[in-house]
Amino acid sequence: MKILVCITNVPDTTSKISFSDDKKKFNDAGIQFIIGPYDEYALSKAVDIKEKNNATIVVLNVGGPETEPTIRKALAIGADEAIRVNATPTDAWFVANQIAAVAKDGGYDLILMGRESIDFNGGVVHGMVAELLGLPSVSPVMSMELEGTKATMAKEIEGGKELLEVSLPFVAGCQEPIAEWKIPNMRGIMSARTKPLNVVEPVAVVGNVVYDQFSLPAPKGTVKLIDASDPAKLLDLLRNEAKVL
Amino acid sequence: MSVLIFAEGVDKSIKKSSLEAISAGFLLAQKLNTEAIAIAIGEYDAAALQELGKAGAKKVLHVNLPGYPSALAYASVLAGAAKDVGALVVLLSKSALGDGIVSRLSVQLNASSATGVLAVPEVSGDTLKVRKSIYTGKAFADLSLSGAVKVISLAKNAVPLKEDGAAATVESKTYPVSELAGKLVHQNEEKASGDILLTEADIVVSGGRGLKGPENWGMIEELAKILGAATGCSKPVSDLDWRPHHEHVGQTGVKVSPNLYIAVGISGAIQHLAGVSGSKVIVVINKDPEAPFFKAADYGIVGDAFEVVPKLIEAAKKL
Repeated sequence: MKILVCITNVPDTTSKISFSDDKKKFNDAGIQFIIGPYDEYALSKAVDIKEKNNATIVVLNVGGPETEPTIRKALAIGADEAIRVNATPTDAWFVANQIAAVAKDGGYDLILMGRESIDFNGGVVHGMVAELLGLPSVSPVMSMELEGTKATMAKEIEGGKELLEVSLPFVAGCQEPIAEWKIPNMRGIMSARTKPLNVVEPVAVVGNVVYDQFSLPAPKGTVKLIDASDPAKLLDLLRNEAKVL
Repeated sequence: MSVLIFAEGVDKSIKKSSLEAISAGFLLAQKLNTEAIAIAIGEYDAAALQELGKAGAKKVLHVNLPGYPSALAYASVLAGAAKDVGALVVLLSKSALGDGIVSRLSVQLNASSATGVLAVPEVSGDTLKVRKSIYTGKAFADLSLSGAVKVISLAKNAVPLKEDGAAATVESKTYPVSELAGKLVHQNEEKASGDILLTEADIVVSGGRGLKGPENWGMIEELAKILGAATGCSKPVSDLDWRPHHEHVGQTGVKVSPNLYIAVGISGAIQHLAGVSGSKVIVVINKDPEAPFFKAADYGIVGDAFEVVPKLIEAAKKL
């Protein structure tokens, strides 16, 4: 079995976000980059499958050379080889086309990634990849059991979950609790240094989305504190001042 | 030419977030000098379909969809409808289902797309200007969408609901469903019934680890019930299995944007705040005056949840 895991290289969830270049560029000064948390669930699931079914895991990232530490971490966690598409991701359509180009003749049984990236939160790359490749797709997947060429998955829906069955190959957008995150051990970290990381050039994509500028939300005013002995006052303010009751 | 809006349903009625999308579609259609057409896919009675007219649809396409209604199936039907009515824009509401639809539909229609848009798009020639939140609620991006067709999903509670639209004409239609959709076999679903959906709720009451255990959720549920609210929780609470995963609000859980978010016993880690930053008004009840959540709150009560919440329930009963 061959699994492609697509990962994003994103700011750590505790990062303070700011922009530079006249609000046109993300300010990465002092930012710690990580594997996208949802992508890490996808990778962890792939490692579980590998341990059970003897799979090969190829991890894929679309990004410049600066994303290689993140890719090496994925190799340390358990991916066997890596591909970096040497391009700065501009939007979901661009990234989806790069993934589809890599996956097209790769003979993958499964293409896993996070349900969304935590930088642009689009949530559309898995569906676009599947559509480009003519494959079924499911997201957000909370559990996945493989049996032969069939997979049974629990997919989160609003207010609950539903069980689906689908034949391989397919694309899945993953989220917790599909697998436990793996902490790379010393052997994993050492071997990650020598595992193959192939750099490929991007395919040309005609885009139709332009990010004009970024901004930050207006700072919140000071909190209005109400005495703990008088919660009725809170309801009064919510009704007559905030007008939300 | 038209603006086509997908009206998603739950239990045979149209979701409020979809009615908001139709209200947005009405305003966008005016700007584009065209008409708003809603499409409802599945079983709905006449009364449910009339809601679409009130929200601003001039016409409603009613389509029957045999089989499991996956994003894949919906996308193919919507692609057929979009071509049929010459849609310049397809609008829907943001959700996991919505993401699945936008992704496939934008490829099929060769359209530009954006998900989670925060207001009615602005028209600038052939381009639509939209704003969406990025970095999980920590920032905004302004985007320009070009191309002949655009597919856009709207964040919940982003656009006020129109309720005074005229009666819409309803047409029954059939569009082909992608063969690929047949590869997904639906087995069953588990769904909390009768509860207000967290993502659809105008008010959300959430509990955190400060509540000490799942046995203490009765007061959260009672308060929610009186206020007509949905219940949510913080990540530790869902990780500890005190509450089901679909109630987890935060960076890696559900993102909510209600009118009122009440957090009880939640300290306000940055990952939780990311999931609630779209809320219009935030109330924090916490016994620790230093809890970071107070900095993100509009109203706060410093006090023990076990004393404050019962009093709040008593007061709310008198509203």
